[in-house]
Amino acid sequence: MHDDHVHPSPSGEHVEADGQWAFGTGFEDPLYGADTTVPDGIDGAELASCCVLLADDALIAAQRLAQWCTNAPELEEELALANIGLDLLGQARHLYARAGRADGTGRGEDAYAYFRDPAEFRNVRLVELPNGDYAFSVVRLLVFATWRLELFTRLTDTPDPVLAAIASKSIKELDYHRSYAAQWVVRLGDGTAESRLRAQRALDEVAPHLGELFTPHEHLRVDVASVRAETTAIVSRVLDTAGLVLPITESATGGGRDGLHTEHLPALLAELQSVARADPQATW
Amino acid sequence: MTDATPRTSAQWPLYEVFVRGKRGLNHVHVGSLHAADERMALTHARDLYTRRNEGVSIWVVRSDLITASTPDERDPFFAPSGDKVYRHPTFYDIPADVPHI
Amino acid sequence: MTGFETTSLEESDFELRLHEQFDDTIARDQRIEPRDWMPDGYRRTLIRQIAQHAHSEIIGMQPEGEWITRAPSLRRKAILFAKVQDEAGHGLYLYSAAETLGADRADLTQRLIDGRQKYSSIFNYPTPTFADVGVIAWLVDGAAICNQVPLCRSSFGPYARAMVRVCKEESFHQRQGYELLSTMMRGTDHQRATVQDAVDRWWWPSLMMFGPPDGDSPNSEQSMAWRIKRHTNDELRQRFVDMTVPQAAALGVTLPDPELRWNEERGRHDFGTPDWSELHRVITGDGPCNTERVARRRAAHEDGAWVREAASAHAATQAARAREGAAA
Ligand SMILES: [Fe+2]
Ligand SMILES: [Fe+2]
Repeated sequence: MHDDHVHPSPSGEHVEADGQWAFGTGFEDPLYGADTTVPDGIDGAELASCCVLLADDALIAAQRLAQWCTNAPELEEELALANIGLDLLGQARHLYARAGRADGTGRGEDAYAYFRDPAEFRNVRLVELPNGDYAFSVVRLLVFATWRLELFTRLTDTPDPVLAAIASKSIKELDYHRSYAAQWVVRLGDGTAESRLRAQRALDEVAPHLGELFTPHEHLRVDVASVRAETTAIVSRVLDTAGLVLPITESATGGGRDGLHTEHLPALLAELQSVARADPQATW
Repeated sequence: MTDATPRTSAQWPLYEVFVRGKRGLNHVHVGSLHAADERMALTHARDLYTRRNEGVSIWVVRSDLITASTPDERDPFFAPSGDKVYRHPTFYDIPADVPHI
Repeated sequence: MTGFETTSLEESDFELRLHEQFDDTIARDQRIEPRDWMPDGYRRTLIRQIAQHAHSEIIGMQPEGEWITRAPSLRRKAILFAKVQDEAGHGLYLYSAAETLGADRADLTQRLIDGRQKYSSIFNYPTPTFADVGVIAWLVDGAAICNQVPLCRSSFGPYARAMVRVCKEESFHQRQGYELLSTMMRGTDHQRATVQDAVDRWWWPSLMMFGPPDGDSPNSEQSMAWRIKRHTNDELRQRFVDMTVPQAAALGVTLPDPELRWNEERGRHDFGTPDWSELHRVITGDGPCNTERVARRRAAHEDGAWVREAASAHAATQAARAREGAAA
């Protein structure tokens, strides 16, 4: 008869053997194993800047998703929102790591996430807005995931092979995020009177932030016009099915890419950075 | 009409989840979850039961649509079939001097 | 619940045979499956135990979940996020097992937020520092593993299978916590101090997770006979202490029990008696965070009602459309 001993305990000699640990504890370096030399002919500073703005979008979006934790409308949605948050967090980590190599500073991911001030963040404003209700969060996610999927699809043949690889990996994730959000937008739009009202209100609130997504940026070399056309077409198809309308109040307000943020970003970062900054000598 | 129904009716129906662990294997029942419709059930099943890449294919079916060989509780003679815990590595006593298992 | 017509003597004979069959299955250490006949007491005990276990996983997300947004490195953030997500998954595996017994998750949730069903009192303690995240994973998940590994052989099949899934995931939980603590112990003096402080606060509550001493645990005996439980509270507590002491030494922390020492004769550790009156206070609702934990769960459930209704309404509309489409 077998006895039911507990798992091998994490005693001293196991601690260093990082590779033996279960998922989630053995990935100090997100780009471990990849050739991270910047190929000839690529401007490292420009590549780094591109990676940072894409990473900032993902990090701030992931932080907002983390705020849903223990507050989701159903337990199954806890799992789903966390999966999406974890995907985006992973994207941010890969992109920061790439940026640190590309700009020659050798900075690690945490230097970017924890030791820059709000004005140095380059994320679009859409991601920093508070979660609002579930309708706002899924409407925003639909727009964000659709747009980001379009961006990353175009980045899969970018000259830097590392960024191209990150983009290829990310599009599978973003495709799922988009589908999750689209399903929910349809359910809310075609659900009850209350959900329909909330979904439409969310759209009204998101609409003014769309312009910023399609503003050209010197370091993000993608065809903005086609990103805009595709994103709008896909979102509109979902909204049609949901019986919702995208208001035409869309304006180009923005500035997140230049470090001009809403008042929500400093608050978000104060929380995110609080422990790391309280004791910069500490090791985690 | 839906707006007039009491809030407690918002409970989603139960679905049973079957996962094909890898190519060449049967789908195996792994548990259940709640979802409002089939698509949601599939999405939830992916998030809940395959977080660590445990599957290549998922089936979901509403629990109340399953026909079973023991339809009521009177038949005790159905041999317990699903207990495969012994196949799980944590079930075995590993000697302490075997490292990293 | 079983719907027997009580018309003839034959019926009760039949029930007797069912009961014998049940006892025999237990005696042969085989699993009881949902559609098997089972005594009402067995069913009730299991529903209560599995529901409390499920509630504990869900409420247990809160003390650590508070730190996801503040985790001091992106690596720690990802690990903690995944860990807390796993706990939600554990809750779902367990609710799923309870539902095979005829319980209804919405009803169980209602009982939890109405305070009519309990969860592990350990989650009513606060988590004031990031070291708590590590200490919870090491001690609380560690104690949970001690409890849960034997439950992988619990007599009720769906419960045992849920536990197998849970235990697989728990080893990641405990290890990441221990690794965080070892890293912190190699850090600054302040970090070492916060780790020790967290250990001081969590040690006794962790010991209390195994429940009251065997003498005061009235339901234990029946649960053991039914093989729902496989070891007594005191046995499991002893096992946990023996397992944890060398881990604490390797870490360089002191467990806050002056009576804790190796007993050569028994080949086990002697240790002090937890303050059972405190456990009782926390269980009966007077813990530091009882109100806040339940209130949070209630708010999430009630604030989410309109979302769940919308999905149900959409599904109903879709089904109606499909019927119309088929009829046309
Ligand atoms: Fe758990
Ligand atoms: Fe855990």
